[in-house]
Amino acid sequence: MAIAREPAAASDGAMRSLTAAIVDALGTALIALGLAVPILALRTEQNMFNELILQPRWGYVAVAVAAAFAARLFYLLFAAVRPRARPRSALPGTAGTVAARTFAGIGLAALVSYPLIALALTGKAGAIKWIDNFGIQIMIYIMLGWGLNIVVGLAGLLDLGYVAFYAVGAYSSALLAQTFGLSFWICLPLAGILAALWGILLGFPVLRLRGDYLAIVTLAFGEIIRLILINWVPVTGGYAGISGIPRPTLLGLPFNASDEGFAAYFQIEFSPVHRAIFLFYVILALALLTNWVTLRLRRLPIGRAWEALREDEIACRSLGINTTNTKLTAFAIGAGFGGFAGSFFAARQGFISPESFTFMESAIVLAIVVLGGMGSQIGVAIAAVAMIGGTEILRELDWLRRIFGPEFEPTQYRMLLFGLAMVLVMIWKPRGLISSRMPSIFLHQRRRVRGELVKEGHG
Amino acid sequence: MRAGLAPLLNVEHLTMRFGGLIAIDDLSFSAARGEITAIIGPNGAGKTTVFNCITGFYKPSGGRLLFNASDATPSPDRIDLLTTSGARHAATPGGELFLLERMPDYEIAARAKVARTFQNIRLFAGMTVLENLIVAQHNRLMQASGWTVLGLLGAPQYAAAERQALDKAKYWLDKVGLSERADDPAGDLPYGAQRRLEIARAMCTEPRLLCLDEPAAGLNPRESAELKDFLKSLQAEHATSLLLIEHDMSVVMDISDHIVVLEYGQKISDGPPDHVRNDPKVIAAYLGVEDEEVEEAEAEISP
Repeated sequence: MAIAREPAAASDGAMRSLTAAIVDALGTALIALGLAVPILALRTEQNMFNELILQPRWGYVAVAVAAAFAARLFYLLFAAVRPRARPRSALPGTAGTVAARTFAGIGLAALVSYPLIALALTGKAGAIKWIDNFGIQIMIYIMLGWGLNIVVGLAGLLDLGYVAFYAVGAYSSALLAQTFGLSFWICLPLAGILAALWGILLGFPVLRLRGDYLAIVTLAFGEIIRLILINWVPVTGGYAGISGIPRPTLLGLPFNASDEGFAAYFQIEFSPVHRAIFLFYVILALALLTNWVTLRLRRLPIGRAWEALREDEIACRSLGINTTNTKLTAFAIGAGFGGFAGSFFAARQGFISPESFTFMESAIVLAIVVLGGMGSQIGVAIAAVAMIGGTEILRELDWLRRIFGPEFEPTQYRMLLFGLAMVLVMIWKPRGLISSRMPSIFLHQRRRVRGELVKEGHG
Repeated sequence: MRAGLAPLLNVEHLTMRFGGLIAIDDLSFSAARGEITAIIGPNGAGKTTVFNCITGFYKPSGGRLLFNASDATPSPDRIDLLTTSGARHAATPGGELFLLERMPDYEIAARAKVARTFQNIRLFAGMTVLENLIVAQHNRLMQASGWTVLGLLGAPQYAAAERQALDKAKYWLDKVGLSERADDPAGDLPYGAQRRLEIARAMCTEPRLLCLDEPAAGLNPRESAELKDFLKSLQAEHATSLLLIEHDMSVVMDISDHIVVLEYGQKISDGPPDHVRNDPKVIAAYLGVEDEEVEEAEAEISP
């Protein structure tokens, strides 16, 4: 509610005096009141005689109105000034490049040391949750985000069915492992290749489509894959899924309590945390591989052709660029990385079912790419940490129950917070967290290209 | 047309229909090697449609677009053989023959080497000026990068090819006076510079024929004088033949070797500037449209 009228007020809000800000905030509070009365104020409940009883909840209304007032006042007094004060010319130049590189270095160091820090801080038993639920989960989404970034961010092809390739990777890996008894390390590349083939298969019919039409068809493709997984019971097991997928081994050493296990070989005490740490480094390596390949491709002709395709497809064709092949490679490489991630997911869980590959997953990955800033690797990583880490953190917020009562379940507000984050980012950073683009080659000085010049692609 | 030189492009009975509308009606002309050929005509005459047919963005409804990339004039038998074979191109002793109407747009640019610019400038606005020129050299770099595989592994041959591409880009940046702005986004350039950059980008594909769609549109008089010199230098120094659509008569009359005039999709005049300038049909159809040129046209007709 506090943000409903923000754009109009933001321009002059900085210059207003305190009284003006209070008046404005009172107006916001009034709107909040208007909205809160029909939504919050009265609740109907059945009593034991099956009669509807009106239960007034004016306390809730008061809290909502006060919150709106306080948020608006805070915004007008502190937050609204900042974006105006920053001049346009202060866009990152070479200094920004150094900062970005330093930031990337710090981020990488944080990722590499993360499991060890978690282990040191929370002990063996507590660390599993932090490494597995947080670390591995986030890394999977970073990898998916980076993979989709090739298709959406670089080539500008809006793909709403990316989860299909994740599913193809997971199922092909699981089926290959179960049918032929192949180990994870053989299934992993095969799953990537198969997913890439599916990427090409999807690419062919949709090449002629652009924009919204492309988005709808890719969405349908994602659903088709999911429905096949549900209905092709003899192969995929339907809703029951596939279980007993072999876990990854370290050079043949399984992570179990047996005598041939990792712990026994190194003569340390067995602990499930070993596997979590190992899996974390595996997905970290896979994600970094994705990042390395993407950064390198950007500086190769194919990557420049993707970006040119996003900027202007007709100009590309007039320069002799085969746009069909260019789009297909983008689909294939993006899908391939999705397949790798899927294969890892299958091996980490040991069990997969169609429920893991719903449209919601596609939407989350796409939201990560859009929030991060299309085409920006660091932005996507930050967005993945914020979105996935944020939703996982909600499970930890037990103290909220003490405020809102025992039946309050923070995880149920996941989507609400998701939406709120989206709205906020779209207001402050309409092109994503990092919207400017780093040129792939330079003559005198590498300077970032402002976000508003970079196109989003039309499919 | 200069005697003894085989025409580079033969447009024969080109017809383009959009539903019931005939945009181009049985148009034939040729563009000579090493010359500047201009296509002029009132708005809606079908000039850009001719360009789109030549560069493959439209599939013509009928006719033949013979592009001769060899020095020798191919024998009519050879041309017939290619036409009846159903192939898109054929090797001849001096080089290659292409039937542009059968080729997709990107292949026309990549193999026949016909480059073009657009009436509404189509630069890669979010990429830098330099990147625009590097993207134009895509096919050669793609080959050098071993279709990405070698490039991904960091093969030295790709590094060398990229250096070459950079040198060529620098040459063209210098030529169009944009060296200082090489690292600026193309979308930030002023209009005139964007036009020049688009031509430089097209030249980076090493075209045999460069098709310019209204290169002087929106330029001030000084800029269009510079454009004239620039186009002349392309013709002289780079052995590039030019085909241009232009409304600015000072540009057309000064630099063209040969002018084709279209009206309602049909050719009404064809010849050197002096011939076209004095052709009563042209004056009536085209020059007569402009107020200030009416008197000039009448003065030319009356004696």
